[in-house]
Amino acid sequence: MEKLKSLADLKRIREEAKVKLELRVRGDNPEGLVQVKVAMATCGIASGAKPIMDFFVDELDKRGIGAVVTQTGCMGYCYAEPTVEVQLPGQEPVVFGYVDRKKADEIIEKYIKNGELVEGIIPVNYEKID
Amino acid sequence: MSKFRMHLLVCGGTGCRAAESSLILESLKRELEEKGLGNEVQVIMTGCFGFCEKGPVVKVMPDNTFYVQVKPEDAAVIVAEHVIKGRPVQRLLYVDPKSKEHVPDSKHMGFYRKQIRIALRNCGFINPENIDEYIAREGYAALGKCISELTPADVIDSIKKSGLRGRGGAGFPTGLKWEIASKNKADQKYVVCNADEGDPGAFMDRSVLEGDPHSILEAMAICGYAIGASKGLIYIRAEYPLAIQRLKIALGQAREYGLLGKNIFGSDFSFDIELRYGAGAFVCGEETALIHSMEGMRGEPTNKPPFPAESGFLGKPSNVNNVETFASVPVIISKGWEWFSSIGTEKSKGTKVFALAGKINNVGLIEVPMGTTLREIIFEIGGGIKNGKKFKAVQTGGPSGGCLTEKHLDTPIDFDNLVAAGSMMGSGGMIVMDEDDCMVSIAKFFLEFTVEESCGKCAPCRIGNKRLHELLTHITKGNGTMADLDRLKNMCNVIKDTSLCGLGQTSPNPVLSTLNNFMDEYVAHVTEKRCPAGSCRELMKYSIIVDKCVGCTACARGCPVNAISGERKGPHFIDQEKCIKCGACFEKCKFGAVLIN
Repeated sequence: MEKLKSLADLKRIREEAKVKLELRVRGDNPEGLVQVKVAMATCGIASGAKPIMDFFVDELDKRGIGAVVTQTGCMGYCYAEPTVEVQLPGQEPVVFGYVDRKKADEIIEKYIKNGELVEGIIPVNYEKID
Repeated sequence: MSKFRMHLLVCGGTGCRAAESSLILESLKRELEEKGLGNEVQVIMTGCFGFCEKGPVVKVMPDNTFYVQVKPEDAAVIVAEHVIKGRPVQRLLYVDPKSKEHVPDSKHMGFYRKQIRIALRNCGFINPENIDEYIAREGYAALGKCISELTPADVIDSIKKSGLRGRGGAGFPTGLKWEIASKNKADQKYVVCNADEGDPGAFMDRSVLEGDPHSILEAMAICGYAIGASKGLIYIRAEYPLAIQRLKIALGQAREYGLLGKNIFGSDFSFDIELRYGAGAFVCGEETALIHSMEGMRGEPTNKPPFPAESGFLGKPSNVNNVETFASVPVIISKGWEWFSSIGTEKSKGTKVFALAGKINNVGLIEVPMGTTLREIIFEIGGGIKNGKKFKAVQTGGPSGGCLTEKHLDTPIDFDNLVAAGSMMGSGGMIVMDEDDCMVSIAKFFLEFTVEESCGKCAPCRIGNKRLHELLTHITKGNGTMADLDRLKNMCNVIKDTSLCGLGQTSPNPVLSTLNNFMDEYVAHVTEKRCPAGSCRELMKYSIIVDKCVGCTACARGCPVNAISGERKGPHFIDQEKCIKCGACFEKCKFGAVLIN
């Protein structure tokens, strides 16, 4: 380890280390962040949900979007896997079906960045009980 | 993947480690490797989460799922279900005792809802053995700010204005202490951290040292800058091996980064810290005794003045603060004294960590703003009394404190209110008692501790506490008289008035406060020879109700001292002379024929 000679050195270490801790900080306060949930039950995994989740994790980070990417179990839309639920801050969650890399990219660019709806939304057909 | 998508935080505090949390950590790592997820999911050991009742704790981030009472063999299911398929493992979630529902995250748990974590801000969040994680949480930024932007007088001013008071028990204003030490001129001064945590049941200092050791090192360096000291000493008991190990790692890392040592941040300020081990004596929490122990002498207190700020370690000006006090310092500097003083009550600012223990549902470590009521702590955060029993009293301040009762439940807790109620803050131990606890025995229990721990220097403490303990034993055996109660009270006052240090001055508090609040229990022991809580064994009398006894002989066979006689199918009798009041007959009898008085 190199000695820190100035506050600038400390700041550099802090910025590097912050990135590694960000996941925990965001997880503690997910409100105000984009929340992406990828359905990862057997049907999801079989249809290729894993690479899609990895894509979201990597790309949201690369494109500098503060987001929390988690998994969820089967949402019941097995016919439309991989399915991804996206919740923008303060909005109702929206579920997208048949998400491949191209669709994922579109979701990030259009929906997450600009709030523009894209093709492939599955209408909500159930109610959640909190 | 270029970065971890998930962090699994495993509690590495002493409590959880005793319950094999290091095995959980290894099992999780192994499972992840086997499933090829080693570079996707990171497993991190953290400090104490505080919820020791339900440990070992594993927290999944960013999902914010809080698993309790995890066993090493649960690692496989956590990985297979949660990590791979995104399904939280229901059976490992916390179940709310009232609603009986599973609570997935800590935010919705009663235990955490009312807490504000300042001293414990990083415990259960960062890896205490990784300095970078501490730096990521603005660590060492306060030290940097002090050295580059503030004069020592500015730093002292901030601490003074923040209203921070010593968390070790007495509540002396920290800023004032620093100011006095700064004004004494000397070629060498010392910053001393008192990590000699000795109250039975209190473990906040240990948890801070285990979970966030760098916060203490940073605060000590800030103090060194403020008072003009270049050396720091941490006095820690050898019976805290994990805290010592993590402190050593932290010291090594801080030195490598040049955050301790010569010319910190390229300035002319130099500061380094050494560890000093204590053998674990309660009296060494008193600052003069602590200093003597560090000097290699007997851990006995001496008269103040001279105060350590004038003549302390090796006769040099020394500033002694407790671990929890130091833990608040860096945040006060970085967030500002205004922020800190906005939390708490008029004369007690900030938060206080309490160690909840005794007959309470959620045993653990909590941090709440000053001014929180006992009711909130015991019934909301603590989840109420175990097994649905009735609350009777709570002992605050450990063996130096007193017990508080139902009528104090709504008093906002701060340094002054606790003293006014006949107890004290102490280091923050909180032992909750229910209807089955005999208050005379409780007072005796604490006295036992002080008798053991008295250093023996002053006669009132050495002899007086021993006599108090004898009188209490006498009373619990049913041999006390009303005159004994007066004698107790007189002796308590003499010991308080004539002892040199805090140990003797406060040791009669448990007796005085139980006398004040539970005089009727003392009187019952003395006049009726009866223990109302049914806990004093010598005062219990077992007898057999002849009408209910069917003569099954179960009690006679179960009696270890052959005190029960009687013919088969005929009534049995207990020989009171022989009876040792063990209760075996009561447990054996299926017909409710054994009566306890």
